[in-house]
Amino acid sequence: MFSFCTDPEALGTLRWFACYLTTGKQMGFYTSFGTVLLLLAITAPAALAFGFGGAMAARSRVLPLRWLGHGYIALVRGVPDIVYFLFFVIALDQGLEWVRHKLLCPGWDAPIRQGADFIVCSQAKLPLGNAAQWVHEVYGFSLAVVTFAIVFGAFAANVLFGAMRAVPRAQLETAAAYGLSRRQTFRRILVPQMWVYALPGLGNLWMVLVKATPLLFLLGVEDIVYWARELGGTANPRYTAYPHGDWRVWYFLALLVFYLILTRISEVWLERLMTRLTRGQATTGGDAQRKAAA
Amino acid sequence: MSCLQTIQDYAFRSLGYGERLLPRGDFTLCQQVTLIGSGMIWNIYFGVIAVLIGFCIAIAVALGKGARRVWIRKPAEWFIFLFRGSPLFIQFFFAYFLFLSLKGVSSIFDPFTSAALGALVVLVLNTAAYSGEIFYGALRAIPRGDVEAADAYGFSGWARFRKIIWPTMLRLGWPAYTNEAIFLFHATTLVFLSGFPAWQQRGDALYYASYFADKTFNPFVPYPILAGFFIALTLSVITIMGAIGRRLNRHLPAERQQRMRLRPNLIR
Repeated sequence: MFSFCTDPEALGTLRWFACYLTTGKQMGFYTSFGTVLLLLAITAPAALAFGFGGAMAARSRVLPLRWLGHGYIALVRGVPDIVYFLFFVIALDQGLEWVRHKLLCPGWDAPIRQGADFIVCSQAKLPLGNAAQWVHEVYGFSLAVVTFAIVFGAFAANVLFGAMRAVPRAQLETAAAYGLSRRQTFRRILVPQMWVYALPGLGNLWMVLVKATPLLFLLGVEDIVYWARELGGTANPRYTAYPHGDWRVWYFLALLVFYLILTRISEVWLERLMTRLTRGQATTGGDAQRKAAA
Repeated sequence: MSCLQTIQDYAFRSLGYGERLLPRGDFTLCQQVTLIGSGMIWNIYFGVIAVLIGFCIAIAVALGKGARRVWIRKPAEWFIFLFRGSPLFIQFFFAYFLFLSLKGVSSIFDPFTSAALGALVVLVLNTAAYSGEIFYGALRAIPRGDVEAADAYGFSGWARFRKIIWPTMLRLGWPAYTNEAIFLFHATTLVFLSGFPAWQQRGDALYYASYFADKTFNPFVPYPILAGFFIALTLSVITIMGAIGRRLNRHLPAERQQRMRLRPNLIR
C-alpha cells in the first residue's frame, strides 16, 4: 500500500505494522465487518416483517392460520437457536433444489436421496455448476439471511403478539364505537400504539441479533470470525512477507471490542428511540414526560 | 447389529467409553439417538456446574453493582457490561486462544485449553454476568416497606441481609433467573463449535448431530432428535426451578403465588 512497503524485513516496528495492516488479506478482514453490518441491516427489517406476519396470523380469526401463527411463535422455545441455524441452512438449500428438480426435470426417475448423496439434475442445482464465484457467495449469504430472518422472525412475532395484546382494550372499543371496521382499527389504532409496548422487547431482540452475527461463520460465510482465525494463525515466513506468531488472541480481542462498541451504541440509540416513542402515550413514561415539560 | 448392542457401544462414547470408532455408514436411527443422547452428558455437565458456581458469583456481582462505594460498583458494572455486551461465541474463541498463549507461560494453564475446564470457565463468568444483572434488578425492586419494617424491628447489617433482603431478592428474581438457566443450557451447544477441540471425537449433542448431518447430508433426522432431547432438558429445568420457586414463595397467600408464576421469555 505505502511506497516504503517494498521490503518488509528492513522496516521498523511502526512502519512494519502500517504495511502489515494494509495488505490485501487485511483488507478482506476489514470488508468482512461490512458483511456483518450488511447482515444486520437486511435481517432486522426482514425478521420484523416475518414477526409481523406471524403475530397477525396468531391473531387471525381463521383457525388454521391462527394455529400456524402460534406454531411459528412456539418454534423457538425449548430448542437452542443454533440448532435452527444449522438445520435451516441445509434444509432450505435442499428444499429449493428439490422444488426446482421437480419443475425442471419431470422425466428424471432416479431417487433424489441415494444413501449419503442428494442428487438432483444439473439444471436444478443451486447455484448452477458453471456459475461465477460471486454467485456462490451471494447465494450462501442469502441463505444465511433467510435463516436468520426465520429464526428471529419467530422471536419478533412473540414480542409483537404480546405488544398487540398490551394496547388498552378501551382504545379498540372506542374505535369500534366510532364505527371503524376491524381492518381500520388494526391499521389506525392498534399498530401505531403497539410500538411503545413492543420496543423493550424489540430492543432486546436487536441486542440478541447483534450477538448472534458471529454464527454466520458456522453457516459457511467468510465473516469476521473466519478472517480472524485465518489471519491470526501463525504466519510462516515461507508463505508471507509478514511472518508473525500466533496472534489469534489479539484478533479476537479486536472482535470483542468491536461488539462491545456496537452494543454500547445500540443501547444509547434505543434509549433515545424509547424517549421519542413514549411522547404522548398513555403510560407512566408518557405522564412523566408531560410533567417534566409543564 | 441390534439396538441394545448399539446402546452398549455408544451410550458413553462422549466420555470415551465403549466403541472407539464412530459409525461410518448405514446410520440407523438407533445409532443417531444413542450418540446424540450420549453427547447430552456434556451439555448437562456444563449447564449444571455453570449454574451452581455462576449463581454464587452472580449474587456477589449483584451486591457489588448495588454497592455505594465506587471502587466496588465500577468493577461489577464493567464485568457485567463486558460479558453481556459481547457474543458468547467470540468469548469462547478469545478464551481458548488466550489459554493457548498462557500455556506457554506456565503449565498451570494446560487443563484450561480443554473444553471440560476452559469452556466451563467462560460459561460460569457469562452466566454470572447475566444473572448478576437479573439479581441487581431484583435488589432494586425490593419493596421499601419490607426494608423499613426490618429497620423498625431492629434488624441491621448481616441479619437484615440474611433474613429480609436476600430471600426477597431471590424470590423476585427467580422467574427471570429460570429463564437464564434455560438459556445457559442452550448456550452449552456452542462449546465444541468454537475453538475448543473435541478430543478423540468426544463432543456434545450438537457435535454428534452435525456429524450425522454432514455424513448423511440429511438434516431432517439428527436435528429433530437433538431438538427432542433439548425440549426434554428444558422441561426438566423448568420443573426443578419451579419447585425451588414455589419453596421460595411458600409463605405467600395462594393467589399471590399464582401471580408470581413463570412466564418464560424467549429472549435472554
